[in-house]
Amino acid sequence: MSVLVVVAGTPGEIEDVSLQALSLARRLAAGGPVHALTVGGGDGLADTLGEHGVSTLHVAEHEAFGTYAPAAVARATVEVVREVGPATVVAAGNERGNEVLAHVAAMTGAPFAANCVAAEPDDPMPVTRVRWGGSLLEEARLHGSPKLLTVQPHAVEAQSAPAGGAVAIEKFTPDLNEADLAVRVVERVAATTGGVSLAEARVVVSAGRGAGSPEGFAIIEELADLLGGAVGCSRAVTMAGWRPHTDQVGQTGTKIAPEIYIACGISGATQHMAGCKGAKALLAINTDADAPILASADYAVIGDLHEVVPAISAELRKARGG
Amino acid sequence: MRVLVCVKRVPLTGGKIVLTQDAQAIETRHLGFTISPHEECGVEEAVRMVESAGGESVVLTLGPPEAAEQLRDAMALGADRAIHLVSDGEEWDPQATAGAIVDAIRADETANGPFDLVLFGNESADAGNYQVGIRVAYALSRPVATGLKGVSVERAMIRCEQEAAGGRDVYKLPLPAVLGVLEGLNLPRYPSVPAKLRAQRKPIESSSPTRPDPELEKVRLVVPEGQGKEALVLGQGPEAAPAVVAILQQIGVA
Repeated sequence: MSVLVVVAGTPGEIEDVSLQALSLARRLAAGGPVHALTVGGGDGLADTLGEHGVSTLHVAEHEAFGTYAPAAVARATVEVVREVGPATVVAAGNERGNEVLAHVAAMTGAPFAANCVAAEPDDPMPVTRVRWGGSLLEEARLHGSPKLLTVQPHAVEAQSAPAGGAVAIEKFTPDLNEADLAVRVVERVAATTGGVSLAEARVVVSAGRGAGSPEGFAIIEELADLLGGAVGCSRAVTMAGWRPHTDQVGQTGTKIAPEIYIACGISGATQHMAGCKGAKALLAINTDADAPILASADYAVIGDLHEVVPAISAELRKARGG
Repeated sequence: MRVLVCVKRVPLTGGKIVLTQDAQAIETRHLGFTISPHEECGVEEAVRMVESAGGESVVLTLGPPEAAEQLRDAMALGADRAIHLVSDGEEWDPQATAGAIVDAIRADETANGPFDLVLFGNESADAGNYQVGIRVAYALSRPVATGLKGVSVERAMIRCEQEAAGGRDVYKLPLPAVLGVLEGLNLPRYPSVPAKLRAQRKPIESSSPTRPDPELEKVRLVVPEGQGKEALVLGQGPEAAPAVVAILQQIGVA
């Protein structure tokens, strides 16, 4: 069975999530050929893709690929699908991978399973996919042809192929229609934010409604500053208008991956926990020793954040001799 | 302008997900329900657009009879009327969901004229299939943009913003169009008591489409195993501060 992997990131670059998708694709190919598609260049990726088991790299060339246009990437994918006839089309389960495969699904009428953590080469195809941002899994059967699926980031290890080898490069110019180009990035507005970005911070200090008020975040900001980290919050806090949505950690907020996440007065709703699964360590500060967050925490302090957080800041200053 | 918002009724899951005995659904006997978060922002945006430009905002759901509660919630936020595609309580796969929504949009547009915008949440909070809005857009031959945290109408165009590494990507779509929006697009208002009372009198038009066989067929749900962690309690109250600092130093962030 042949499989096609769509590499839909920055032209000329391959992200780790695409290599993870490629690892699952190889399993689904079950020894059959693995094709890859890149748009707007990608010859330079041939060696890397070959090491990960790709035998043919299809490079779609068109002036439209200068900026991202989801329907144009999908149209190029559909052309390769028509030519190669893969049983399965795979992409990374990030925003763009999901968007492009949903366009392919709409163009072809094929079913699409987003954010799979496992799949087996069979028809119908058994897949396991994430729900609720990873708080729940769904086992499903994917019918139809071709089968479209994306791979949940960081669920499958990116492994090079034992028999990786030479890659045939096939360049082509997809026949894009006006509608394929109607929606494309026409402008990039640079971010104006200063400070540490929540998604990339090494330390995140968050609080929930227990902060009591917008002013209650002063002690959270103080501790985050001392640690060179970023301030986060729960969904309840942004819905109350206390903090901007950009501070929200959660399924519908920012996904964080700090060295340590300090969650103050946060109970641990699934919505919140879906955003902090990537934290290497979790310290929960909570008055309730039975709060659900303690089941996911590495360290806990049982107490009121209004007393505990300033005490930690004071102790940090003392330790630094200040 | 006429704006349609599609919403989904989802449970408020709290701290721990418990499944029904047959593992086909979340046990919801003790849970409340809400509009999926991205879509709540869609409702707010539709209401604001109609408040500033005039016209009509309509909310649509495919869901069990109880989903009328979420349609009333959306009308309390300011939507003018509702369309309820009443399901049998079973889950519909994304293709079937899109098909039923397309039929409903065509029927409403035949009677009341075209929608300038159809808004979806980028993905539902529960199933997270990332595709219903895009399928609907293709069936209606309309342009579609997703992952949006900013939208503004500029004459016959809609300017859309999407968060990207190092900034925001801008798209400009001709109307009519379909959009997938994210929480953070706006801060939904808190409905007033009079608005909730008005919502009780607004019309809900119901129909019961037939569910086709699923192409993405759910077999069962599984609660992932916990990380098996037992938190190390560093202490009670402010006296725990030295132990916390020791941990921070050990991790190398203090």
